[in-house]
Amino acid sequence: MDLILVNLIDGLVTGLLLFMLSSGLTLIFSMMGVLNFAHASFYMLGAYFAYQISLALGFWVALLVAPPIVGVAGALVERYGLRRVHKFGHVPELIFTFGLALLIEEVVQFFWGKNQLPFEEPEILDFALFAISGNTIPAYKVFMIFISIAIFIGLLYILTKTRVGLIIQAALTHPNTVETLGHNVPLVFMGVFGVGTALAGVAGVIAGPVLGTFPGMAFLLGSIVFVTIVVGGLGSLPGALVASLLIGWITTFAASYNLEFADVLLAFGLERPADLSESMLADAWTLTLPQVGPILPYILMVLILVFRPYGLMGKRSV
Amino acid sequence: MNTVFKTTIGAVAGVAISAGAAFAAAHGSVKIAFIDPLSGPFATTGTNGLAEWNYAADVLVNSQGGVLGGKQIEIVPFDNKISAKESLIQLQVAIDQGIKYIAQGNSSGVANALTDAINKHNKRNPDNRVLFINYSAVDPALTNDKCNYWHFRFDANADIKMDALTDVMKRDEALKKVYLVGQDYSFGKAVAAAAVKNLGAKRPDVEIVGNELHPIGKVKDFTPYARKIMASGADAVITGNWGSDMVGLGKAIIGAGYKGQIYTYYAASNGITKTFGEDGKGVINLVAEGAINPPASDRADAYVKGFEAKYPDHDITQARIANAMEMLAKAIDAAGTADDVAAVAAKLEGMEHESIWGGSVYIRPEDHQAIQDVHIQAHTNEGITNALDNSEYGLLKVSTVEMAALDSETSCKMKRP
Repeated sequence: MDLILVNLIDGLVTGLLLFMLSSGLTLIFSMMGVLNFAHASFYMLGAYFAYQISLALGFWVALLVAPPIVGVAGALVERYGLRRVHKFGHVPELIFTFGLALLIEEVVQFFWGKNQLPFEEPEILDFALFAISGNTIPAYKVFMIFISIAIFIGLLYILTKTRVGLIIQAALTHPNTVETLGHNVPLVFMGVFGVGTALAGVAGVIAGPVLGTFPGMAFLLGSIVFVTIVVGGLGSLPGALVASLLIGWITTFAASYNLEFADVLLAFGLERPADLSESMLADAWTLTLPQVGPILPYILMVLILVFRPYGLMGKRSV
Repeated sequence: MNTVFKTTIGAVAGVAISAGAAFAAAHGSVKIAFIDPLSGPFATTGTNGLAEWNYAADVLVNSQGGVLGGKQIEIVPFDNKISAKESLIQLQVAIDQGIKYIAQGNSSGVANALTDAINKHNKRNPDNRVLFINYSAVDPALTNDKCNYWHFRFDANADIKMDALTDVMKRDEALKKVYLVGQDYSFGKAVAAAAVKNLGAKRPDVEIVGNELHPIGKVKDFTPYARKIMASGADAVITGNWGSDMVGLGKAIIGAGYKGQIYTYYAASNGITKTFGEDGKGVINLVAEGAINPPASDRADAYVKGFEAKYPDHDITQARIANAMEMLAKAIDAAGTADDVAAVAAKLEGMEHESIWGGSVYIRPEDHQAIQDVHIQAHTNEGITNALDNSEYGLLKVSTVEMAALDSETSCKMKRP
């Protein structure tokens, strides 16, 4: 029972981190139809900028300053890059963001080298907050939870209760109508792109100490972020939250319980063959649940695409 | 008239070029191809290794008079982007350039591909053979089932390291429970299998409370694994993880409140040492040859300090490169030729060499595996004369197994030329 509670908390942290990354991406994707391959790269930039700032001014200043810098970078990319490519269609936009991702990875290595960076969590949070039957929950993880929830509430407030939010929501489903009504839709787009990348930047600042700050960090998270927004439904912030939490909990619980598929097969009455190399089910006999844990979100995505293509709470089709 | 003129020019040019080539050969260089990742996610390890090879060639051979009466060793880099397919292409490029010595080490997958390719090439081209200097790939199969006469391994392989580690663990009375965790591919599986076999033979009373593999480079959060390790009550964790998997696993285990020891193969340098820092002290250990703290001699200390001065962004992470360079140079001099690699190989196998890092290195003729002292090294900041990652932390030799696995068995059946 205690272990379930611990896993719920651990999965919550992972899920909320994914949410910060995917919330920006789902807004960008749904509004502009732009599949931003470079989204995880902005996450990486957030971590690297925060590391550099923290060397001089400390973690908290970095937390405040790095995301806006990433957001401005994102807005500039949209204004001077994507907007020009936009008129050529979706595929050139795709290629542009893909190239951008590669470029950012090389630029990061150019300035900071290829090594892992010692980006540490702030010392005042570097202690175990509480323990559940011997399993310690670090204070930093609780901090991550609170920041993510605060951001979600803030985003939800802006989107539903402010005028800008209403325009954005309308542009999400009816961009042409909104333009006809006289709103500066390109400015809205640039703003959304900027805010989206700033969100990825925040995720980078917070996750950098925990998941490691190294040039491969964008690649590590890139694919799972796409899975998250597809499962949650494009354009839906609550959907992104639900999907992120679901994926966070699935991967955490899968890694915790050493369920062996051999036991399942035995329960079905099958006998374990003596020579595994001959058997068709050789993999099934040797695999355990933790080993397949990381691919479960992808299986979930396939199921969603088959049975519910709009995603869990989506409004627009993939 | 025109044709005669052209032919004369051609003939003169031909003579000049061949004379130049002959001149170059007489006062030229012995080239070693370095085929390892110089770009992409593993570029750090590859560029570091290249720096170590260049430094070894300069300091240990070229500045001491070179080989064969004055020839310089030249390291020629080739980027294989960690891909086996790309490595085979680069191998052919190197062979076409007339290079006879191939150095590689990062990735046993690549090493397996190269050793096959070199074996086949040497069989089909007996006039143009090359030698494979494997300085880092530790898959045991390379000196067992897949051994061949042209392959020489200078690192202690995964089985030898486990043998040494379990020799040390055998003496630890307090050890009761061990947890094995690794990356799900050939190397991770080899480490786990070796651990189970060795612990079973040397300490059957020790309980292996966990033995699991995780997908390589895919796990973002190692906390569930750390929780399982805590729940099992393990006193020691053994892992062959490297790179970001090692950092993630190590940080998660330490963050979960683990108070035992973690024995690793690769938990140091390339930023890892600095990232672990204070948290890793007293917990992280490494099984490796070539200890640089405490320095084995003034010569060793000067070697490391000279390297740090010349390459401030790199560290001596693969100390065996110095051994490989010195032993190869010795073999070339003993054979009297750098072109007849069969003669060089004949001198290299069975060679016993006093290593700059202390102790000796012996290349077993039956499988071309280097036998040397293997140390357990602890991550700490006390007693560190040569630190890693420009931090104050480094690896300190804690215990040594001399000439580890000297009498171990091998399934190698080598075909000799």
